[in-house]
Amino acid sequence: MKAIRIFFRNVGSALKSISRNLSLSMASIICTSITLLIVGIAFVLSANINGFTKDLESSLAIFVYVDKDATEEEIEAVKSKLLEIKNIKSDQIIYKSKAQLKDETLSNTDKNSALYTIVNSWTEENNPLKPEYLISVKEIEELASTAETIRKINKVDSVQYSEDVVDNMIPVFNVVEKVTWIIIIGLIVVTIFLICNTIRLTIFARKSEIEIMRLVGISNFVIKLPFVIEGLFLGLIGAIVPVTTIILGYIIAYDKMDHHLFTNLITMIEPMPFVIYVSLILVALGAVIGMIGSYGTVRKYLKI
Amino acid sequence: MKFIDIKNCYKVYKNGVTAIADLTLSIDKGEFVFVTGASGCGKSTFVKLLYREEKPTKGQVWVGGINVAKLYNSRVYKLRRKLGIVFQDFKLLPKLTVYENVSFGLENTGMKQKEIKPLVLKALERVGLKEKIRSFPNQLSGGEQQRVCIARAIVNDPKVLICDEPTGNLDPKTSKEIMKVIANINKEMGTTVITVTHDKEIVNSLKKRVITLDNGVLANDTMKGKYTADESN
Repeated sequence: MKAIRIFFRNVGSALKSISRNLSLSMASIICTSITLLIVGIAFVLSANINGFTKDLESSLAIFVYVDKDATEEEIEAVKSKLLEIKNIKSDQIIYKSKAQLKDETLSNTDKNSALYTIVNSWTEENNPLKPEYLISVKEIEELASTAETIRKINKVDSVQYSEDVVDNMIPVFNVVEKVTWIIIIGLIVVTIFLICNTIRLTIFARKSEIEIMRLVGISNFVIKLPFVIEGLFLGLIGAIVPVTTIILGYIIAYDKMDHHLFTNLITMIEPMPFVIYVSLILVALGAVIGMIGSYGTVRKYLKI
Repeated sequence: MKFIDIKNCYKVYKNGVTAIADLTLSIDKGEFVFVTGASGCGKSTFVKLLYREEKPTKGQVWVGGINVAKLYNSRVYKLRRKLGIVFQDFKLLPKLTVYENVSFGLENTGMKQKEIKPLVLKALERVGLKEKIRSFPNQLSGGEQQRVCIARAIVNDPKVLICDEPTGNLDPKTSKEIMKVIANINKEMGTTVITVTHDKEIVNSLKKRVITLDNGVLANDTMKGKYTADESN
């Protein structure tokens, strides 16, 4: 009960302080809002693009073609060698024999075409198709080196994968993600600095009050509390605009853009509960930024 | 061990000034003590050591069983809750009423309003200001403001009342009234009172124990003493 009374007394005191230093508080709130809005947008884009790259990555497979003359034992030996490679998902190795490949080709070809007639004429002995393993990898960045290792396995004829996607798209996405995070961290630092400044002025404005509090035997925790609560409020108030914008903006964009982001390749994540999670992250981030800023200043300037 | 026990205490400031040198003295519970001496003799440093605004450079300072020299910053509030402090410049909060100034400390300890109210009213009654609870400091005379400061200091029934030049800003008549209030607190509540003062007349009229400091050294310590400090320094 005592703690609750102290807490609510300090909530009132923090709100009073925000209204007293309104212009500076507004500067902190606006800066927090801008930061959180950019963080929110970056988060939404990054989550949607991440979903796309994950799909892309999981669809990236290596086709391992085995010599067409390889015996059953040799084909099995290739599989054993593949299983020894760490980057290969051992539960996702799909084997297709020459006969299976012939059937697949036939089912995908028009029965009246010349190709159908040719393929259909292949027997067990003169089937030119090579048995293949379709494999997935764990780390997409190591796709090329994994393919190189596979190439060296005895009886492996050739290895194929979508080199363009791996070499061009994925590094671009990685760079975009890194740059986004650098900008976000920079903005967070600026916001913390502004909140520090607001709290520092509050401390100076209440210097005599703090001095009296110390002299009449009020604990350091209780002296610090209103400032930390003030920082918390600055962060929380700063989160209102970005949260509203992200929720409404994403729902509207989801409808207007027909569930696709920029291109039909990227399908947007469903708004619910996605926007709720993003909002919770923004609110928590606002609160943490506010509290870190104010606690740091209180420690520095109160020296108690 | 006496209630306040100071043994071989030194206080040397960072600029090299020695404010207190080899001070050893003790004060009993319920005593009334004047601390006198010329300007810069270490009187204020002496009381600051008692409420741990300053830490001794060497030696021991015990107040009510607490070793002030070894007290962590985070624990200082525990010592100060046993003390009441009165200042020359009152240190009242101008935007708070008399009642709020006195209740300020208690409210911040999380006490309930219904527990705070009788304590505040009793303290204000003791200093003769019960009728002015709704006034603001700027509506009061200097003497009245000092009474509010005393009420704030005694509201939690402290073991020791430390008064640092309580009459320094007041005229002789008001000074006498304030000292009368402080003496009554000592007599009626049994509170140990330590008063730093320059006022020769007050010291001589009350005939209490007088501790005289000279350049940080204990120059004189007499029961029912008189003002002996050399003002020419």
